[in-house]
Amino acid sequence: METPGNVAQMKPGEIAIITGFTDDYISVKLMEMGCLPGVPVRFNFTAPLGDPICISVSGYELSLRLEEAATITIVN
Amino acid sequence: MSERKRPKIALLGNPNSGKSSLFNRLTGLNQKIGNFPGVTVDKKSGFCLLPSGVTAEIVDLPGIYSIYPRSLDEQIVAEVLLDHRGADSPDKIVVIADATNLKRGLLLLTQIIDIGLPTILALNMMDLVAKAGISYDLKKLSARLGVQVVPINARNGVGIDELKRVLSQPFAPAEKNTFNVWDEAKAPVRELREKLSVDNDYEAYQFLEQPNSLRFLSKSDRETVDHIRNAYNFFPGKFQGAETIQRYSVIQDLLNDVILKAADLSWKNTTSRLDRFLTHKVWGYVSFFAILFLIFQAIFAWATLPMDFIDSGFANFSSYLKSVLPEGPLTSLLAEGIIPGIGGIIIFVPQIAILFAFISVLEESGYMARVVFLMDKVMRKFGLNGKSVVPLMSGVACAIPAIMATRTIDNWKERTITIFVTPLMSCSARLPIFTILIALIVPNETALGFFNLQGLALMGLYLLGFLAAIGSAYIMKLLIRVKERSFLIMELPTYRIPKWSNVGYTIVEKTKAFVLEAGKVILAISIILWVLASYGPGDKLENAREYVLQDAANQRLTEQALEDRIAAFRLENSYAGIIGKAIEPVIKPLGYDWKIGIALITSFAAREVFVGTIATIYSIGSVGEEDEVTIKSRLREEINPETGGPRYTPAVGLSLLIFYTFAMQCMSTLAIVYRETKGWKWPLLQLTYMTGLAYLSAFIVYQVLR
Repeated sequence: METPGNVAQMKPGEIAIITGFTDDYISVKLMEMGCLPGVPVRFNFTAPLGDPICISVSGYELSLRLEEAATITIVN
Repeated sequence: MSERKRPKIALLGNPNSGKSSLFNRLTGLNQKIGNFPGVTVDKKSGFCLLPSGVTAEIVDLPGIYSIYPRSLDEQIVAEVLLDHRGADSPDKIVVIADATNLKRGLLLLTQIIDIGLPTILALNMMDLVAKAGISYDLKKLSARLGVQVVPINARNGVGIDELKRVLSQPFAPAEKNTFNVWDEAKAPVRELREKLSVDNDYEAYQFLEQPNSLRFLSKSDRETVDHIRNAYNFFPGKFQGAETIQRYSVIQDLLNDVILKAADLSWKNTTSRLDRFLTHKVWGYVSFFAILFLIFQAIFAWATLPMDFIDSGFANFSSYLKSVLPEGPLTSLLAEGIIPGIGGIIIFVPQIAILFAFISVLEESGYMARVVFLMDKVMRKFGLNGKSVVPLMSGVACAIPAIMATRTIDNWKERTITIFVTPLMSCSARLPIFTILIALIVPNETALGFFNLQGLALMGLYLLGFLAAIGSAYIMKLLIRVKERSFLIMELPTYRIPKWSNVGYTIVEKTKAFVLEAGKVILAISIILWVLASYGPGDKLENAREYVLQDAANQRLTEQALEDRIAAFRLENSYAGIIGKAIEPVIKPLGYDWKIGIALITSFAAREVFVGTIATIYSIGSVGEEDEVTIKSRLREEINPETGGPRYTPAVGLSLLIFYTFAMQCMSTLAIVYRETKGWKWPLLQLTYMTGLAYLSAFIVYQVLR
């Protein structure tokens, strides 16, 4: 299924491919941390209060807030 | 420059890459904390004897993910790397990378290589690499990067000797470049290199990219850079994302070549199983609060014994000095000013050591990142950060180690707010004041069958302190405006067993920092307070005995009672007493008289002194502070001459309780805030705010209740 969306909309266990970013400032930081276009991302789990979330990307676990996750566009 | 220059070796790497383990390995206990000139970032350095017989200075730079700074800490690293002519410019750089996650480490490495300083790569965690089933072709990696690669395991020391051997040999900067400056940037870079002495294109490119990291340049040089930037319409940050993408694509190609066998991720199973529990809706919080409770208990209970020991040790030493040295102002200064002053510093060492033992274990094990993960959403609402939880909770034991623990918060605003509000949490030094005053005004009865009223009152005061802290944080969140955007993009590291020697180094480092830095301020203020309490105008202090004897001529006093009277008389007529009387009009609306005024003055430095001063001023000094019953009954008897009723009415008692809940009254805290914020602005603001809040609240309470 080709549904474009963002990382914040993913559910635990889902895997998607990063396509780009909607926030220039945060994208630079995210890319440095290994969130690159074309790289697969796995949504692991959310914090008990629903925010922040934990994803696997580029071989390690990264936590980020939902508002930041929402700037990462994906295709799955 | 008669001294022979020691080679400077800088350690660089991602957070969690094992940089501090390597630093401790190389330098041992031979470490010191200094400052980078003019900024608020600590510079950790130490010395290491290399096999060539040369002693090198090892500088541990803050952990970074890239050369582009996001925080002040990171900006320091950028400046050290860009300023090739400066005093802090390293002769050699060791980039340490986590071999289980090489991709991100190589991003930083390629940037460092491109900037043109002699660099080697220390590939850490080779034990885990073996466990994860990864296999690298290190020769090829070295050849492709153009730098030497040394596999190490900083935890058990494997490979450290080889690293030292490599470091003792001269090596040149790598000749390869990973990143080529964009066509559009080539012209300004060329012009910059013509006008300024810059070693290579990428360094020049960074000059254009990082206008804020160029404070080492002279004003005219900076203007030249600005001029070139404007002339070519060069927008800093415009190509940064593209640069990252280009680097990563080179790195990916390289990794495809050098990875002989990729990881199977089963070695991370323990971590994901632990995470399922430790970040669980229920068990996550249960385990977190259990850990907090343990820390709190430890600081409260385990520290008591050594603290009592230190307390009595210094008291005995003081009286010993008094007994052997000739009587005089110098002896008195030593025995009543300096020794108790030093004692007042050392007494916090057990609490600081215990708290940092725990914090270091939490950091080392990887759990701290989960604390942030659990608490971030709640804390963010109040302008705080997930990492603020530990300082706030530790503040219940003692604000000093708690404030030192805010170092882990990267965001300047969130860290400042945490430092600012932590002293509002009711610390253990408030407890003796609380217990005495509560016993005085709250009946020892039970309500609803099992709630002890005094216990409820005590809990209420702790809650009040917590609410004041959270509320103040919220107000500060609205007041402080900074450009720095708050974000949380944080690695959740794999769980590991803490390395105990690293825990030990952290304890030593933090304790040393407190004793040396805060100690200076505390000692100075102790001496000032000693002068105020020991000297007074006229002959009243010198001839206190005659005055009291004259006064009490027709009373039959025991020797002890007479001594107590004399002590009270001396305090009343000292400068502290005079100030106490002078501030009486100010504190009268709170329901206090000059006697309480004196206690406010003397406990300005340390709130726990309140009880002792009250004991002295009511001439019961010799019964000892532990004898709360005596103090209590004496306070109960104290008559307010204006009303003829008791001095300590519920209104006065509650007003005092509220005052001590909010007031700063702790110079050790002020000293540590000064150290942590590197200036007097925040400690003074804090003192004013807390005293103001205390005064206003106590005023309202007294005026409403009386």
